[in-house]
Order: sequence, then structure tokens, then C-alpha cells
Amino acid sequence: MKLKVLGAYLIALLTFAVTPAHSQDEGQRASTGGAQTLEDILARQKGLEVDESFRRENLGNPENAKAISDKLGSLGGVSSSDLYRGIRYSETEIKVSNNSHAAEVLVQDGGMGWLLTRQGGIQAFAGYGIGGIIIALAAFYFLRGRMTIEGGPSGQTIERFKSFERFGHWCLAGSFIMLACTGLLLLFGRSVIIPVFGHEANSAIATFSIWVHNNIAWVFMASLVAIFVMWVAHNIPNKLDLEWFAKGGGIVGNAHPSARKFNGGQKLIFWMTIILGASVSMSGLSLLFPFELPMFAKTFGMINTIFPAMGLSTELLPHEEMQLAHLWHAIVAITMIIAIVAHIYIGSVGMEGAFDAMGNGQVDLEWARQHHDLWVEQEEAKGAPIQQVGDAR
Amino acid sequence: MKTMLAAFAFTAVVSVGAYFVLSEMGFSSAEVQSAPSVRLD
Repeated sequence: MKLKVLGAYLIALLTFAVTPAHSQDEGQRASTGGAQTLEDILARQKGLEVDESFRRENLGNPENAKAISDKLGSLGGVSSSDLYRGIRYSETEIKVSNNSHAAEVLVQDGGMGWLLTRQGGIQAFAGYGIGGIIIALAAFYFLRGRMTIEGGPSGQTIERFKSFERFGHWCLAGSFIMLACTGLLLLFGRSVIIPVFGHEANSAIATFSIWVHNNIAWVFMASLVAIFVMWVAHNIPNKLDLEWFAKGGGIVGNAHPSARKFNGGQKLIFWMTIILGASVSMSGLSLLFPFELPMFAKTFGMINTIFPAMGLSTELLPHEEMQLAHLWHAIVAITMIIAIVAHIYIGSVGMEGAFDAMGNGQVDLEWARQHHDLWVEQEEAKGAPIQQVGDAR
Repeated sequence: MKTMLAAFAFTAVVSVGAYFVLSEMGFSSAEVQSAPSVRLD
């Protein structure tokens, strides 16, 4: 009996002793999908002999590949590199779980062009353009001096603009100046404010600027419409304007070319404000509602219809639309700023009596006769009241 | 000058009003672009 028990022990011992180590590991590898286990790694680190055949011979079998149409099926003739190129050029269909089509674009390299244009050409245009017009006007002021009322003020005034006209003008002017200042602060934040005042200051300035810019824009757009409705009838170009320009508007030289309510120069400012103001508003709306109002692809399509040689791209990614809107917004805005600086000059320090027109609405009668003679005749014919505000010259 | 100051005051009031109205209407880019499963705050 004892011999039988002893024999059983020996058989059991031999059975476990001669059983290959990897047969036990194979059970564990089933949990790793056939990959090596922690025990395999530890054994190798200890310098123990490990049967590597489970890996060496596991080189894959194309026969086992799932069909291309299956879930997690193989890519067939498409490699991973091909797939990533498709992502790189937005040719691969990407499905996302949020509401944005823009999120379906994983790689888009137009950002570098946008950044370099913004930091290069746009900033140069703003710096040289606005700086240049200020220097030119300062030089003009010292050379030409202030345009005075020839013979001095008459001491009588006539109402040039009614209060609702001035209200509309100042809503447009106030909002535009704030938009211009905050826009320039945002444009030059990285290149000027950060190097001079530091990141924290730029952060606070940029946060304030974008808040003001985004919210005051509504006043600008509304008052632009109001200004258009109020003054469009007085700003239809006519032959008189050509004569006004031919005589330098009285700014160059001493002539006082005839003009009605608005002269040629004022009409130029009016239409510049309306056309560029509408354009900057549209690109601004596109920026206010990101990816919601793309407009460049359609615009390029229309331009291509008129000028086929242009060959502008009409298939733009959402990000490209935003980049173009941003650049166009800055270009148009800077052009407006340059023109409005000149407008502010001539309406304030550049010409005696001009500010009164928008200040209290009453302008000196002699000033009005010298700059808007036909308008004064019309007003006097209508019986417009003339106020006596001082001694006659 | 009173008209000018009134216009500036009106501009400030409308700007602040626009901020609150647009915030209430959920027009922020974050809200428009995200899905209901996204927690913004």
C-alpha cells in the first residue's frame, strides 16, 4: 500500500516536473490575446530561458483579416500613411460627436499663412498707413496752417445738422473709434504690448478689448444703417463734385468751390464709410459667429464669374473662411482708420468752424457760405432761422 | 455737445445690453459648437 502511495506521488511529481513552462504561460497568454505576459518579461529580465516561439512564429496571417467592409476591417490596399495623408488634406471623412463641421478638419495648415500675414503685412499696413497719415497731416498743418473763415466769423449761425443727425454721427463715430482702438490693441498685442508691458498686461488688455470690440460692434452696424438712410439722398455724386475736386476742394489753394449740403470730399468719406463699413461689418459678423457665416467661397465664386482668369478657390475649409475673414476685416478696418483720421483732422483742428457742425449743430453763416454756398441758399429760401451769437465783423 | 455725450452714453448702454442679450440667447461660440453631452462650466 505504501509503495502504491509512494508511486502515485512520484508520478504526480514527474508529471508537473516535465510539463513545459510555456504550457502554463499559454493559459495566461490567452488573457493577453496571445501577447507576452508579465511573467515572460520578468523571466527574461532574470536571464531565465523563455520559449519565444509564441512570438517568433506569430507573424500574422492575411487569411485571418476581416473584410474591408467589416467593423475594424483591414484597410485593404490603403496603408496607414495613406490614411494620415487623407486626414492631412481633409480628404478622409471624419465623424465627430459635436455640432461643428470645423471639428471634422483635423489638420489645416493655412494658420501659418494667416499668422505670418497678420504679423507681417497687416501690421506693417497699420503701422505705416496710420502713422504715415498722422505725419502727413501734421506736416500739412504746419505748412498750410489752419483753414480759417475768410474775413472772420459773421456772428450769425445757421443750423447745419439736426440733433438726430448728430446723434447718429456720434454713435457711429464713438463706436468706430472704440472699435479702431481695441482692434489695434488686439493686432499689436503680441508684437508690442507683450514685449513692452508683459503677458499679464496684454491678457487684461486683450480681454477688455475683445469684449468692447464684440459688443460695441452692434452700435456701429446700427448707426451705419441710420447714417445711410439719413444722408444717402444728399450724397448722390454729381457734376458739381468734379468741379470741387478740380479746385482741390479749397483745401489746396484758396478757392471756395460751390457745394450743396455735402461737398465732393464729404461724399467720398460718406461712400467710403458705407461701403467699407458694410464690408467690415459682414466680415465682423462672420467672426462674431465662428463657422456660421462663411462668405468667401461664395464671394470668390462671384469674382471668378466676372474675372475667370482670377481662378480663386471656391472650396474653402471652415478654418480658411475664418482666416480670410479675419485678414479682410483688418485690411478694410485699417483703410477706414486711415481715411477717418483725415476726416477727424479736417473736422477739428484743420478747419476753423467745422467742428460746430457736429458740436452743437450751429455753424457760422460765413463759414457755411464759403464751404456750402448752394446749401445755404436752399436753407435761406426755405426760411431757415438765423441766430445772432456775437458781434458782426 | 450734449448730443455727442448722449450718443456716447447710448453706445455704452447698448454695448452692455448686447452682451447680456447675446449671453442669454446662447450665442456664444462654445455653446453653438458643442454637443449637449459637453459640460462647458
